[in-house]
Amino acid sequence: MTTPPSPHAPPRHTAAAPTAAPTAAPVIEVTGVTRRFGTVVALDDVSLAVAPGELVGLLGPNGAGKSTLLSLVSGLRRPDGGAVRLLGGDPRDAASRRGLGITPQESGLPATLRVREVVDFVGGHYPDPVPTGELLEQFGLADLARRQTGAMSGGQKRRLAVALAMVGRPRVVLLDEPTTGLDVSGRQALWEAVRAYHAGGGTVLLTSHYLEEVQALAQRVVVIDQGVVRADAPLEQILRQVSLRRVVVHSAQDLSGRPGVVRAERDPGSDRQEVYTPDADALVRDLVLSGVAFSGLEVRGASLEEAFEQMVAHDGAARRAAGAMGTTVAATSATTAVTTQQGAAR
Amino acid sequence: MSTTTRATPATSAAGAGRPAGPGTLRLTWLHLRYQFLETVRVPIAVLGNLLFPALAMFFFVVPQEAVAGDPVAATTAVASLSLFAVCSASLFTYGLGVAEDRQLPFDPFLRSLPAGPAPRMVARIGNGAVFALFGLVPLTVIGWLFTEAGVAAVRLLAGVGTILLVSVPFVLLGMAVGYALPAKAALPVVQVILFPLAFAGGLFMPPQLFPAWLDGISMATPTRAGRDLLVQALTGQPAYGAAWAVLAGWVVVLAALAVTAYRRDEGRRFR
Repeated sequence: MTTPPSPHAPPRHTAAAPTAAPTAAPVIEVTGVTRRFGTVVALDDVSLAVAPGELVGLLGPNGAGKSTLLSLVSGLRRPDGGAVRLLGGDPRDAASRRGLGITPQESGLPATLRVREVVDFVGGHYPDPVPTGELLEQFGLADLARRQTGAMSGGQKRRLAVALAMVGRPRVVLLDEPTTGLDVSGRQALWEAVRAYHAGGGTVLLTSHYLEEVQALAQRVVVIDQGVVRADAPLEQILRQVSLRRVVVHSAQDLSGRPGVVRAERDPGSDRQEVYTPDADALVRDLVLSGVAFSGLEVRGASLEEAFEQMVAHDGAARRAAGAMGTTVAATSATTAVTTQQGAAR
Repeated sequence: MSTTTRATPATSAAGAGRPAGPGTLRLTWLHLRYQFLETVRVPIAVLGNLLFPALAMFFFVVPQEAVAGDPVAATTAVASLSLFAVCSASLFTYGLGVAEDRQLPFDPFLRSLPAGPAPRMVARIGNGAVFALFGLVPLTVIGWLFTEAGVAAVRLLAGVGTILLVSVPFVLLGMAVGYALPAKAALPVVQVILFPLAFAGGLFMPPQLFPAWLDGISMATPTRAGRDLLVQALTGQPAYGAAWAVLAGWVVVLAALAVTAYRRDEGRRFR
């Protein structure tokens, strides 16, 4: 991790772009797709179209169906119902996948092959691959070319994984949790590479359960949960809906009726309450001024999972609250870095 | 799958709206090279392949004076053990190897690359054949040095060609198992298939000693057909008449099974 990767050069659409651009036909088109695994419905009548040049973030908790959707788009699985089109063709047909780049899971790189060999091998599948030396240079991996992938650090493997998605000068890339497990500088560097690729006209479909990541990259956000698309809107609009703060407080008094509270939960047999509000500052101010006895105050961003629950179960209420406090919400959302590890809290 | 043209993105894309990729032949060569590299980087796997048939030869053939001292019997024994080595290598490499590969996280990535199943499958067969042939080298040398087995160079060449042909149904059977089952199930299934087939095919015990009913069953197995054809190539002793037909029939059936298993496979499956 000594040299930060320089931004990846935009793909040269020498051949493909001119034919696709004028019509702007969707690069990815998923229509009414259902996919079951035994009795579990992983995707339930999902439709999604991604136009050329879009950068779409696919958000959802674990098990929401994100990876299943990606596996359908990359031709790994067949939908039980509905249709999936990739670059105008069937993704199960190898020729349709020539303009597609995806990242392998970093843990799955063939450990005995050298970095250069893996890039050569993957690049060999495409008509006009980025020369290996150039690609490694772009991702700051040039010094590691002769190292076996098994001897790379986690961050280096992540960078190689994203580099492999770019080696074929793809028109569309699917990035599945591209920065999971990376430190801050590694994450920034990869975001830079994704932005550079997008700036060069590339289309990106990105999954993450970090709201922060989607916030940094995507223009459009698709929220998926329990196999259903819960929201599909520009980033700002989604942020307004999910930027709730979670206030944990111990108090004998019921706080669910305080102004600005969207939802409240109380542990049975305890005075611990979890209160959700778009403006935690205002709530705390209100608590202090009202003279209510409380202790153990804790303010955190609501996790995505909590935000989803909010969007699904209390859709109307959330929207009303967000509408009423529009300006405050927008201001908070810019600084909100929502974390996702609190699933256990409930 | 028939195109072998080299990539000419600029011209073809203008017409088809989609750049032509490297042809199947080039992709197969690519996969073969990297599979070979991956295999040789783990030397113990290669050594195991070389040692096992050689040891079997020392334990079961060399000490038996009646077999080792007779040129035809010794050559036949070497042929039978060679075929057993190739069968077992095919079933294990493809049955277990494919099943294990499917569980690696790199596998879905490989499957999403713009290459159909053919390059990878053909490369796997080629790679398996290369290492199976390596395994036959010590076997042949031991047969030549320590027994009376002896073959003219032309017959040896014919033998190598025959054993490669004869291994096809076992490769297909291995793939069918590998793509249909998870690794933990593939291992016992391969073992359960391999030993009865080898025994019934006369690889452990000459089929001349079989009772008539067993001989009938034996002649319907791919192992017996393969054994007799190999012995015919090496010693000139004619195989039974239906041998080629039996072999071809198994190839058709097992190819259909392997292709079905591949198509149904979507990587790891959980219920």
